[in-house]
Amino acid sequence: MVSDRISVMVTSGSREQLQMAAMVASVGAVSGNDVTVFLSMNSLKFFVKDSTEKAPAEGEMGVLLEEKNAPDFMELFGQAVEYGDAKISPCSMAVDILELKPDDLQGFVSEPLGLTAFLSDASEGQVWHF
Amino acid sequence: MSERKLVDAKNTFCPGPLMELIGQMKMAEIGDELEILSTDQGSANDIPEWINKVGHEMVESFENEGVWHLVVKKTK
Repeated sequence: MVSDRISVMVTSGSREQLQMAAMVASVGAVSGNDVTVFLSMNSLKFFVKDSTEKAPAEGEMGVLLEEKNAPDFMELFGQAVEYGDAKISPCSMAVDILELKPDDLQGFVSEPLGLTAFLSDASEGQVWHF
Repeated sequence: MSERKLVDAKNTFCPGPLMELIGQMKMAEIGDELEILSTDQGSANDIPEWINKVGHEMVESFENEGVWHLVVKKTK
């Protein structure tokens, strides 16, 4: 199995973008790739534990994702970690702006990561942005 | 003795059936066969790709009344 690096930057808070990011992260990770996900800007608040806020649909597809029982993006990110050893890190700047503590985020989310370290990770392999 | 386990992943979409299969494969023994049921054609195409990439064995696949049956053997 070929192992490659996949770096995924997620800044959108829309359901469609989060779904696609989760699909790339989970399928990439279970296919033997070394996956790092960097959560920043409008994406991070949905990863706060016990958050009841739902990511809004951007368009018709986002509405259909929910109506037709597509896998939940949060569950897919969790499976990326559980089944494929993906690393999902919050952007340290976004953590500071939202005044979050490490325990505030979902259990599968790693320690905050700085942009310098993410860019260094992303210097090889595929880079995706959602 | 090897077993064949049924994994019902009907009525969800890609990559739900693949993730369901992987979760069950982690608990299976080498040599076991898993038969995954999917109503999603995308998954019916994508799961054999994954099996091929990671090196398990695709035993058979067929469609019956809108349900795809994919039989996979865990080889490692």
